Amino acid sequence: MTISTTREPATDLGFLLHKHPDRVQEFPRAFGVAHVFYPEATDQRCTAALLLDVDPVRLARTRGRTTPDFSLGQYVNDRPYAASSLLSTAMAEVFRTARSGRCDARPELARSAIPLEIVLPALPCRGGPTLARRLFEPMGWDVTADPIPLDPAFPEWGDSRYVTLTLKGELRLADALNHLYVLLPVLDDAKHYWIAEDEVDKLIRAGEGWLAAHPDLTLITRRYLNRRTALTRAAFARLAEVGDDEEETLEPPAEEEVRIPLNTLRRDAVVETLAELQARSVIDLGCGSGQLISALLDQGVPKITGVDVSAHTLMIAARRLKLDRMGSRTRERVDLFQGSVTYTDARFAGYDAAVLMEVVEHLDPPRLPAMERVVFGAAKPTYVLVTTPNAEYNPRYANLTGLRHPDHRFEWTRAEFREWAGSVAERYGYQVEHRPVGDDDPDVGSPTQMAVFVKEGSA
Amino acid sequence: MTEIRVPALSLVVLVGVSGSGKSTFARKHFKPTQIVSSDHCRGLVSDDENDQAATPEAFDLLHHIVGVRLRRGLLTVVDATNVQWKAREALVALARSHDVLCDAIVLDVPEEVAVARNASRPDRDFGSHVIRRQRNDLRKSLSKISRDGFRRVHVLRGGEIDDAVIGYEKAWTDKRELTGPFDVIGDVHGCASELETLLATLGYQDGVHPGGRTAVFVGDLVDRGPDSPGVLRRVMGMVERGTALCVSGNHEQKLVRALNGRKVRVAHGLETSLEQFAREDDVFTGRAKAFMEGLISHYVLDGGRLVVAHAGLKEAYHGRASGRVRSFALYGDTTGETDEYGLPVRYPWAEEYRGRAMVVYGHTPTTHAEWVNNTICLDTGAVFGGRLTALRYPERELVSVPAERVWYEPARPLASRGREPDVLDIRDVTGDRYVETSTGTVKIREENATAALEIMSRFAVDPRWLVYLPPTMAPPETSKKDGYLEHPDEAFAEFAAAGVTRVVCEEKHMGSRAIVVLARTPADAQAKFGVEGTGTIFTRTGRPFFGDLQEEFVAGLREAFAPLLEDSPWVVLDGELLPWSAKAGELIRSQYASVGAAAGAALPVVVTALEAAAGRGLDVGPVLDRARRRESNAARFREAYARYCEPVSGVSGLRFAPFQILACAEGATAVTRPHDWHLDRLAAVTHPLVRATRHTYVDLEKEDRRQAAVDWWTALTDAGGEGMVVKPVAHPGGRVQPGIKVRGPEYLRIIYGPDYLESLDELRRRFLGRKRSLALREHSLGIEALSRLAAGEPFHRVHEAVFSVLALECEPVDPRL
Repeated sequence: MTISTTREPATDLGFLLHKHPDRVQEFPRAFGVAHVFYPEATDQRCTAALLLDVDPVRLARTRGRTTPDFSLGQYVNDRPYAASSLLSTAMAEVFRTARSGRCDARPELARSAIPLEIVLPALPCRGGPTLARRLFEPMGWDVTADPIPLDPAFPEWGDSRYVTLTLKGELRLADALNHLYVLLPVLDDAKHYWIAEDEVDKLIRAGEGWLAAHPDLTLITRRYLNRRTALTRAAFARLAEVGDDEEETLEPPAEEEVRIPLNTLRRDAVVETLAELQARSVIDLGCGSGQLISALLDQGVPKITGVDVSAHTLMIAARRLKLDRMGSRTRERVDLFQGSVTYTDARFAGYDAAVLMEVVEHLDPPRLPAMERVVFGAAKPTYVLVTTPNAEYNPRYANLTGLRHPDHRFEWTRAEFREWAGSVAERYGYQVEHRPVGDDDPDVGSPTQMAVFVKEGSA
Repeated sequence: MTEIRVPALSLVVLVGVSGSGKSTFARKHFKPTQIVSSDHCRGLVSDDENDQAATPEAFDLLHHIVGVRLRRGLLTVVDATNVQWKAREALVALARSHDVLCDAIVLDVPEEVAVARNASRPDRDFGSHVIRRQRNDLRKSLSKISRDGFRRVHVLRGGEIDDAVIGYEKAWTDKRELTGPFDVIGDVHGCASELETLLATLGYQDGVHPGGRTAVFVGDLVDRGPDSPGVLRRVMGMVERGTALCVSGNHEQKLVRALNGRKVRVAHGLETSLEQFAREDDVFTGRAKAFMEGLISHYVLDGGRLVVAHAGLKEAYHGRASGRVRSFALYGDTTGETDEYGLPVRYPWAEEYRGRAMVVYGHTPTTHAEWVNNTICLDTGAVFGGRLTALRYPERELVSVPAERVWYEPARPLASRGREPDVLDIRDVTGDRYVETSTGTVKIREENATAALEIMSRFAVDPRWLVYLPPTMAPPETSKKDGYLEHPDEAFAEFAAAGVTRVVCEEKHMGSRAIVVLARTPADAQAKFGVEGTGTIFTRTGRPFFGDLQEEFVAGLREAFAPLLEDSPWVVLDGELLPWSAKAGELIRSQYASVGAAAGAALPVVVTALEAAAGRGLDVGPVLDRARRRESNAARFREAYARYCEPVSGVSGLRFAPFQILACAEGATAVTRPHDWHLDRLAAVTHPLVRATRHTYVDLEKEDRRQAAVDWWTALTDAGGEGMVVKPVAHPGGRVQPGIKVRGPEYLRIIYGPDYLESLDELRRRFLGRKRSLALREHSLGIEALSRLAAGEPFHRVHEAVFSVLALECEPVDPRL
């Protein structure tokens, strides 16, 4: 990073920064060394350079496995080259006094706006040049953000997430430094390794006088503070089902007036059907984070079991349902365990109803017969409810190309679903009935389709 | 001396008043671990062995311990007074529920002896009235104890108690000492002529096999067919001469009852036998009746590895004795329902079978004998015009002869049993597991299995294709040579120290590890793997490589490996898919190219700034030098990954570089063959889709050969190669690594970062132990999976080993190794 001024005598920059223009100074950091030197120092123009030499091996070794962002644990790391939060904190300390706006030698200068030019050759910038401009321009910076290509040898790869950022403007140096201190990590938007207790205070202090009025205040605080909850977030982000809520964020069809989310409609349809069937024990195969379980608990279903293939998802479900704080009578009604619908499992047996809500489409078609045997052949509940997307409805989603979810292995038309359900019912001795879930379009049907299987001889 | 004989696996219930010497008796005759004492249990639940208030809970515990021991097949002795009928009844019921026999040993001592003994023990503070009451209970019991349900009640009095010795009776079903080889023969049903033909085909001459083999009949020798007496005559003769064993079938049971004049419904072919027996004399009929009455339910043979029962037997019943064991063995596990032909609906116990013993049986006629989870039904409906089938054991070879005609019309058409759907059970994979391999037991921890279950269920290819996952490979001991983290010298030294004299160095392709499974035809895939299609290719964690391209690429591979498929209907190949960018494109762009881009943008600016400072006379010398070095390191880093990036469109541009034939239908597991065999065979495959694996053999005893290999490696890596893998040409067994990868210094920039050579000393402190141990364990599991596959073991057994590799891959190890 370089900071230049053309305010004569430009070498007064040394006073402002409290670093002498004719010296080369070193500041040891936990993971490397920060160097301050002046590539040019004339009365007309003076440039201070802060060079942070990060040793990735030391960085990796000092972090260990508890690193919030695991990529920091990698030796192949952009931190040695990019203007990240590491640079921002190094700068904050090396230029601590300057940042506070104190300058005993040139108090007047410290208080006044001077022509400044700041260059960051490789700034990681999530949001691209546009966001860099959006964040710096409101404070009066003239912003140039040039995208850096990923690899000139592979032009087809496009641009990297880095830009070369040049800021020009007439500002107080202390303000300039505070802008950088806050906005570098915000633009980087990577998890900072450094989690201090007083992060909120720091943000407020550094943002004094400019942050509150910033049009992107929300984005800045959210991104900046994200880092504090990074540990929990990073953990849970990894745990949640891939794109769990992806489908729900799809644009609803233009003509759809009612904006009840599809997952709510689906859950309600399942709950209603189970109530109609008077199911007193329900096993939710693929329970995810337990929304259906909550609803069934509220309905007073005496026995509810949630099964998921992901142990992490079950952990989230247990937290959401507050299993550890549940009264013992309620607690006895709920059971959660890890299982897979392609492995027979004695624990699946003995329920009135099994629910496969948005599960079958996550199975590769050749695995469906295994699932059918596990559920219809071995567990054999009286009722089986299966919901799955109706592919015919997909054109109604404005921005949808392909399938509704990256992990969907297929999406069935109504005819395909009926054919599958019919053949399963025949093979395993069930009767099947189909119901729409959500707005039932006369041309393409409902967004979700549901099959209700009833074991023969159980009526 | 009084010998008390109890069954080798049984529940022995001691009966006697307090002070009758039960504990002393038990200690004298049984191991401490075999004795479960009520006093001890009372102490465990109350800290006071005499706290009578704790008795109900103490007995709950006692019954639990006894139950667990019996389930695990352990002889157990209950040391409690058991003078009341209720106490004994509960124990008899417990034994029965685990299908073990139950004997009582009563110690009948005079009241004064018991009172005197109790008086001498300070911890027994109850009065003599207690003993008196117990004596009364016992006296009342003794008159009818024989009706309690014990197999035998041994009553000992006076001197007999001290003189007694315990003898063990082996169960009738226990023939573990017989190791065969056997020829297990399916349901004959009076087809005497077909039986003679089959025996001749198997090599028997007049009921004797010159090779000393033993025939084992699965029962149902009689009924329906033309000559049941003839069949009995042959089999009885062989059993008497000791050249055959025979278990009872349901038809023998019913025939005996009919011959004994009992009222039975004459149907299902009984009428034919009765007709034929009417022509036999009384002597033969008497002999046949005695023979059929003496047949037992099942045999456990060959050290417990083979079980023969007429209708099969679930594992919990192997070697057990009870009415329901016999009923299962004779009639199968019926659900109580009948089908549309009025025949009982049978519970498919074999699909759930997970036992280690092979179970061979008959009873249910099918068109073909099919393996289901290490069980096989040999009833191929000879009497209905099908075939008479035998299984050679331990060869697992089926031999059959066709029926001469339809002797009897079946009540329902012979169904092809078909291949059972290969459904896996959760118990095959979850929990802490100990997986047996030929080189020892590998422990899989529950939390790793948990993670693997998710990956397997959500992302892996169809598990029926997933017959192998490649083990991880360790690098050599870290080199101390200047400028090197890894060098061939250490690999050679390690193998030489392990006694290996010849290694092969194989070029290490920089791509993505890929396992390829190919079948000659869809029918071959169905037969071997039970799955539709003709092949697949998957990653080292079992994921498919491509979406829609998978099929096209596999078709190309089948064409390429057609020569191998000519020799074997299916093959499993280990290799590398090239280029790296085909599978790792996203990773390369987000991780490697990004670092390169940041470095490429930042470092020239740094160098310029420092040069300017130097121009001003500032002392930035060392910093400038380092910045220049880093600039060049970053450029080399970019070159390092760029080498492995090639544009790929569709399948064109993709290459598969095989280096090992993991398995093929040539009997033994191919993977255990020496590497020159693999490389020679693979060298014969020339196809644009296939890239050869360059290699060189090294005689480790010759220093110049070693040096030549080092030069070969240097040339390879200088030209941009990743490095090489050093493998013993023939693996010596034991804890020797199957291969060691030696990566080139430029390639390692991708792993350790552009500037890694600047901090070599730091990086040399890397810990290899876990990686090396993991590599060995995964290697054993991989070989185990392939040997199970080659031996035709059930699908879930192969899956267990493959799943375990995936579970071990979930263990955290330094990803740079």
